[in-house]
Amino acid sequence: MIVPVLLLILLALSVAGFFLGRKKASAVAKSAGGRHKLHSRPNYYGIVTGLWCCLPAFFLFLLWLIFEQRIVTSLVIADLPPTLQQLPRERLVLIVQDIRNLATGNIVSGEITPEMRDAAAHFLELQDIGTMITSVLVLVVALAGILFFYRRITPELRARNQVEIVIKSLLIVCSTIAIFTTVGIVLSVLYEAIRFFRHVPVTDFLFGLEWSPQMAIREEQVGSSGAFGAVPVFAGTLLISAIAMMVAVPVGLLSAIFLSEYADKKIRAVVKPLLEILAGVPTVVYGFFAALVVAPSIRAVGSQIGLDVSSESALAAGLVMGIMIIPFVSSLSDDVINAVPQSLRDGAYSVGATRSETVKHVLIPAALPGIVGGILLAVSRAIGETMIVVMAAGLSANLTANPLQAVTTVTVQIVTLLVGDQEFDSPKTLAAFALGLVLFIGTLLLNIIALTVVRKYRERYE
Amino acid sequence: MQDVLKKKSMEKRILAPRDSRETIGNINVPNPRMVCRNVNVYYDDKQAIRNVSIDIGSNEVLAMIGPSGCGKSTFLRCLNRMNDTIESCRVNGQIFFDGSNIYDPSVDVVPLRAQIGMVFQKPNPFPKSIYENVSWAPIIHGLVETKADADEIVETSLHKAGLWDEVKDRLGQPGTGLSGGQQQRLCIARAIAVSPEVILMDEPCSALDPIATAKIEDLIDELREQYTIVIVTHSMQQASRVSQRTAFFHLGDLIEVGSTGTVFTKPSHQLTEDYITGRYG
Ligand SMILES: Nc1ncnc2c1ncn2[C@@H]1O[C@H](COP(=O)(O)OP(=O)(O)OP(=O)(O)O)[C@@H](O)[C@H]1O
Ligand SMILES: [Mg+2]
Repeated sequence: MIVPVLLLILLALSVAGFFLGRKKASAVAKSAGGRHKLHSRPNYYGIVTGLWCCLPAFFLFLLWLIFEQRIVTSLVIADLPPTLQQLPRERLVLIVQDIRNLATGNIVSGEITPEMRDAAAHFLELQDIGTMITSVLVLVVALAGILFFYRRITPELRARNQVEIVIKSLLIVCSTIAIFTTVGIVLSVLYEAIRFFRHVPVTDFLFGLEWSPQMAIREEQVGSSGAFGAVPVFAGTLLISAIAMMVAVPVGLLSAIFLSEYADKKIRAVVKPLLEILAGVPTVVYGFFAALVVAPSIRAVGSQIGLDVSSESALAAGLVMGIMIIPFVSSLSDDVINAVPQSLRDGAYSVGATRSETVKHVLIPAALPGIVGGILLAVSRAIGETMIVVMAAGLSANLTANPLQAVTTVTVQIVTLLVGDQEFDSPKTLAAFALGLVLFIGTLLLNIIALTVVRKYRERYE
Repeated sequence: MQDVLKKKSMEKRILAPRDSRETIGNINVPNPRMVCRNVNVYYDDKQAIRNVSIDIGSNEVLAMIGPSGCGKSTFLRCLNRMNDTIESCRVNGQIFFDGSNIYDPSVDVVPLRAQIGMVFQKPNPFPKSIYENVSWAPIIHGLVETKADADEIVETSLHKAGLWDEVKDRLGQPGTGLSGGQQQRLCIARAIAVSPEVILMDEPCSALDPIATAKIEDLIDELREQYTIVIVTHSMQQASRVSQRTAFFHLGDLIEVGSTGTVFTKPSHQLTEDYITGRYG
């Protein structure tokens, strides 16, 4: 309750600081002989005053939030009766946990002793005191910040540069969030994957030809061999992605060319949004479209021409997935082809090139980096797609290049390994992380390769 | 604010339905390469060219001058049907090239544009090598069969464009890496490579420094022996230096046409005089 109020007060103080700073700056300017004597416009002085008010106070507040639990807990432990303090470490942790639950009104696992009740009350009390102290401190710091900067406002003070610095730091922080997230994900996946590789050798995992992750929990269980050869799973991913790309790249690229070079404005205004709708359809819908419409038709056609098609096939999933990712290719390619300067088209037409020659020899080469980017996006989308595959291609890890058979993909396996009740240290569960890691490395390599290709091309032409 | 008002009144003047004004001077030449009769051009409902008739003689340089927005580029782009690429643009009237109307539905624009080449205001080499910039058009038109043919066309075109000596050692490098003046000459070489009969130039020197400009003017003078050239320019000096005939446009009308000497020394129309003496606007 007190936290939002505190933040509101802080906000109000900052706004007040802004006006104060601005006013002071104007006054200072007037006495110095006019606005032009001021290094920055008065608003900047106001902003810096506001920032001095809220930033230090806010960081203090953050620190408290981060360490509150730890500080309070250690204080509570210190005040526990000696009998409890002498318990072994694990027991103590449990009891502290219970005390905390008791204090916050959660369900308590163990029995409640009077000591614990006291400790919980103590816990609440300490927490209250802590919050009070922090609130007062935060407000003091905020006011001090205003005062500090307010008194420093002189015409020479470079307020605008200080604002720039703050904005720049903000931008840097935002851009590093993505990097840290990636690093965090990689590290956690890596950690679990290493645990997996303690159970299953890396080579078995990478080169094994059989995938059947069901482990026997009890000795007599049947059909639980626990084979962790990932090749069939990756082969399935490649097969389905390849089929999807075979659909999406030509169709997407050609429709992009049609939209940007051949279609007149009216057609374009209708067709382009329609194409983009394809990307907005939920994948589950694609999934049952694939399973209920496409797969049976493929099976029917197959049986007519004497082919043996299983009811769940890589072809069905790949085809539908290809349609789903058409907009990724077409929309981006359309944009980059459109962005090729009109002067290049003029140049080509003026020497008597036809439209298709212009597209083939001038526009596509000029737009290639962007087109490759679009295709890459589509590939990662294809590799990551799960729902369609679950519904249309099945779960059986066949090692086959025949698109008419059922296959499975990495993401589908990860999902099936992780849904339901799991022990988090059985190889079966950990295998998901190993799969994820290899998948991650694979897409990373893909990106690097594509980047190099594009860069090489650019050097040659620009 | 004043600019906006000025622009508005100008647009009104263009939009207002009015008859075209008479052209002063002799529009005919004895031995025309192109003959334009009653050409009107519209962008949607806006008329940009009004009833323009003019002959373009063989082996002459025709300069088109006039204030900005008067329709010089528009008219120039009619001559090789580059206006086809602008969706809103409509052209009516006749433009004869070698005896047939290029706006006849039976005419194929692809070979037409190869015969009537174009050089643009901003150099626009393709993002390909210097060699490919020149050889591309002859290849797609099937003018070359062997690598040796292509080499020859590239060399002669670059020679004619006065660029060969500067680039002969780096034909494989990108054309976009040349200087502005070199790029413009590369574009001229590209136009020459398909052996056109007419070359249209839309302010070819406006992005260049005086030295590069002088080079291109010399080049135009040489090219005149083999080609018919129509050049749009904002520089009176350039028009008088390179052209034999001059046409003055004003708000979509062809006001005056005549030999360059006459137009610049004894202009007949008041507007022409105002424009070339710099009193316009
Ligand atoms: N693509 C277009 N769409 C609509 N109107 C256009 C288009 N191109 C030109 N116009 C209009 O047609 C008129 C003539 O334009 P044009 O480009 O031919 O002038 P210009 O004489 O070449 O001018 P400048 O000397 O500035 O190049 C202008 O009023 C212009 O606004
Ligand atoms: Mg122009």
